Amino acid sequence: MPTYTFILNDNQVSVDCDGNVRLLWVLRDILGVTGPKYGCGLRVCRACTCHINGLAFNPCSVPVSQIKPTDKITTIEGLAATDPTGENGLHPMQEAWLKKDVAQCGYCQPGQIMTAVALVKELQSEGREVTDADLDKIRNICRCGTYYRIREAIKAGAKNM
Amino acid sequence: MAVRLTERGFSLAAHHDPSDNSDAQSSGLDRRRFLGFLIAAPTLAVGVQFIPGLAGRQAADASIITPPEPEEIFDLGDAQDLAAAPTAGLITVVVNPDGTASFAAIRTEVGQGMTTAIAMIIAEYLDIEVHQVSITLADARPELLLNQLTGGSNSMRSQYTPTANAAQLAKQQLVAAAARKWNVSPSALRTASGTVIHPDGRKAGYGELATLAAVTKTRRVALPEFKAKDRAEFRILGHPTPRIDAYDIVTGQKTFCTDIQVPGALPTMVARPPTINGTVVSVNNTEAILAMPGITDVVPISTGVAIRGQTHGQCIDAIQKIKVTWGPGTVDSYSDSTVLSALVAAEPPFLVPPVGDLTTEGAFTFYFASNTPLEPDNAIAVVTPTSAEIWSCLKVPIDALQDIAIQLDLPQDAVTVHVAEGGGSFGRHLFHDAATEAVEAAQKIGKPVHLMWSRTDTFRQGRTHPMAISRVQATTLLGNVVTYQQYHTDVQTSFSHGLGEILTATAASLPIVGNFTFAETIFLLSQSSPYNFGVTTQLLNEIPLEFNTGSMRNIYSPNAVTAEELIVDQLAAQFGQDPVAFRQAFLKDSRVLAVLNKAAEVGNWGKTMPAHCAQGIAVHSEYQAAVAVLVEINCTPQVVNRKVHNGYTGPRVTKVLVVADPGFCINPLGFEAQMIGGVEDGIGLALTASMHLQNGLFLEGSWDNFFYTREWNTPPDIQVIITNTSSSPSGAGELAVAPTFAAVACAYARATGTMPTSFPINHGTLGFTPYPAEPSTPQSPTDGLKYTF
Repeated sequence: MPTYTFILNDNQVSVDCDGNVRLLWVLRDILGVTGPKYGCGLRVCRACTCHINGLAFNPCSVPVSQIKPTDKITTIEGLAATDPTGENGLHPMQEAWLKKDVAQCGYCQPGQIMTAVALVKELQSEGREVTDADLDKIRNICRCGTYYRIREAIKAGAKNM
Repeated sequence: MAVRLTERGFSLAAHHDPSDNSDAQSSGLDRRRFLGFLIAAPTLAVGVQFIPGLAGRQAADASIITPPEPEEIFDLGDAQDLAAAPTAGLITVVVNPDGTASFAAIRTEVGQGMTTAIAMIIAEYLDIEVHQVSITLADARPELLLNQLTGGSNSMRSQYTPTANAAQLAKQQLVAAAARKWNVSPSALRTASGTVIHPDGRKAGYGELATLAAVTKTRRVALPEFKAKDRAEFRILGHPTPRIDAYDIVTGQKTFCTDIQVPGALPTMVARPPTINGTVVSVNNTEAILAMPGITDVVPISTGVAIRGQTHGQCIDAIQKIKVTWGPGTVDSYSDSTVLSALVAAEPPFLVPPVGDLTTEGAFTFYFASNTPLEPDNAIAVVTPTSAEIWSCLKVPIDALQDIAIQLDLPQDAVTVHVAEGGGSFGRHLFHDAATEAVEAAQKIGKPVHLMWSRTDTFRQGRTHPMAISRVQATTLLGNVVTYQQYHTDVQTSFSHGLGEILTATAASLPIVGNFTFAETIFLLSQSSPYNFGVTTQLLNEIPLEFNTGSMRNIYSPNAVTAEELIVDQLAAQFGQDPVAFRQAFLKDSRVLAVLNKAAEVGNWGKTMPAHCAQGIAVHSEYQAAVAVLVEINCTPQVVNRKVHNGYTGPRVTKVLVVADPGFCINPLGFEAQMIGGVEDGIGLALTASMHLQNGLFLEGSWDNFFYTREWNTPPDIQVIITNTSSSPSGAGELAVAPTFAAVACAYARATGTMPTSFPINHGTLGFTPYPAEPSTPQSPTDGLKYTF
């Protein structure tokens, strides 16, 4: 069985598995990293959103064979370490999520936060502030309907990023 | 099916003179009596056994024209309280040696904030900080019988008083221990945030005292007289408090059922039939499937073919390749149109015949909708010949335990059911379908399993809110509405999860006359017209088609209230009155009137709106709460025709104002969150979210098919105003759904000039390309790296 190596939350990891297995299941079922959630496996709900080399992506739709040894995968568990300037060493976006008490059940929120961070970084690289039109483009589902607080938190978190 | 026609109002009025209930709506704290226990433990553990008493309830205000209906004098939550009466076991507060407190809740956390509210109650009455309270979810406790059911927005109403009593008993014992230590009278001591303080300034921490207060033999003790604090005295209750699990959520550490890892319980998924409730005739390539990478087991079960493997992804791979001969399902000949015809055929005629111009009527169709939460149905099962251990998110864990014991032919005490926190529920976790499957698969395979439904499974084979027609007819005479009839006909809603048993057990005590079915009883207990519309008749009629149905957040109310409020707007127009003025004239409950007035004032009702834009307003009263919702909708072509890839746009609700009177609001931050969530549900039900049935299969297979509210549909402006008018908490989880749905429907009617009669309004056009019926779970894409940002 092939071995795949990559950098997960700043640690080098290796897994032995079939190359066709999507990265989400490598993370959850083999490595036991459960912050990224399964919500559809179809790149629709975005509950599994993580970062690859700083960019948001959905590991449910990437076979592990496509991940290179030098690729840096960041899950919600490793987000704070990328910018620990929020309270208690959290990422500013996580801090904003706490301040707005965004979560209800919380199942989608790791993916929401990972999307939010990537979106704000993208907008900042374009020299833009977050607008309602930008927020309208987010595809992450929240079945509890926390969208209003998500939008408030993204605007607040962006100010500290 | 026979339909009973009962003039509920008049027959009930004879039994319930509102003046008899004048003392009933005082604090909920004096409505029950309790037994206190000190429990043998190495630290302080106190228990409270509560015996709810049935008190009357204050009915509507004095100027009653329409007699009170069942929901007003005795609602679903009361029925659940009463059902708990003879069977309630202990709830236990433990004070740990580090000064923290622990409590195993007998309700299930699915996002509604129950654990945070319980922690607040304990912190308030024990006098510690919220973060020092640890709440877990109790395993199924069969001795509690039916007092372990999360539903009907009843948790706060049923748990507030016993929990507060237990916390107060614990505090009394800590103070008594300090008094013994210092040889002073307990009355000389006071507490402050986890310490007992001597008049001379000496302090003792709760942790130290908890060990001193421990007992070696469990014994019953007199409960201290419960001192209900005045609201102004509350240090924690009534103050906005963030969720106790928020940190774990934002750091990815909160453990949902899907995240629980039990040794040997490998991922298991089910290849499912191409029609609802189809069966397995034969599996035709078992050996080939077993030869696929990672696959360990393939076995037919009642609902499909269970496939166990090293990863869920490999199970999905196997579902692509498996060849199964399927038997027919239970509703193969049904599509939307045939179910609709069956409903129409089953509708009874109105008691009061139409009287020309004096009659206003409407019939409203509500299509199937999915109650699936984001976390798919899943369960872990470890089954041996003599025992079973289950983990799942269950709102009626005892019902699951009893069913599983029967399924495995084991005694109940050989079955352990752990309740996991859920990634949402919305009614889905009233049922234990995944646990039943996991147990069957584990038993047949002979190995532990973690069985998970795919997203597509949750839509296509999972529980749905049934299709319904609500027909309303009102008769007017000389400026009054003299009769109001609403007949609600739907595909049977399943209450097989024990709520029905609760009501059976207490049927003799319910203020409803006649041999109503469970569903009819729940309909009567949850529905209540808030208007003085003379002779009022609301009836439920169900047709027994074999769909997998269940309650969805707010059960019948979203549909029933939307139909009613659309007709109320029609009546207002007929009377030449403004919708708010008309409601003000006809509302019979002062609390509902108050929230309506507040909403109209704050929301600037009647302001000039641009073309194709409009306001809508609706009211609702349920769970002992009152709520008004005012919305603004934009139906301009440029908004309606927005393009979102693989998404449905349509009209956009641009502003929502919720004014809610929950009686006493335990946690304003959590309550507001529940209102916001209910708003998003209501918008979805009105505009976008439904299931399309075609030849025995729902076509929806993903969240890009079932159009629950998305970011591009969400209102950019939501405001929630909470008014506290009593000391009794009420239900929050479902409250905002119905009035939001109704207000959006009314606004849409005004913006477009056409009253919608079919919901959601986009149902007629299929807005997506369905996944094929087989494979039952579509393959995951492989091109995710093309879409990074």
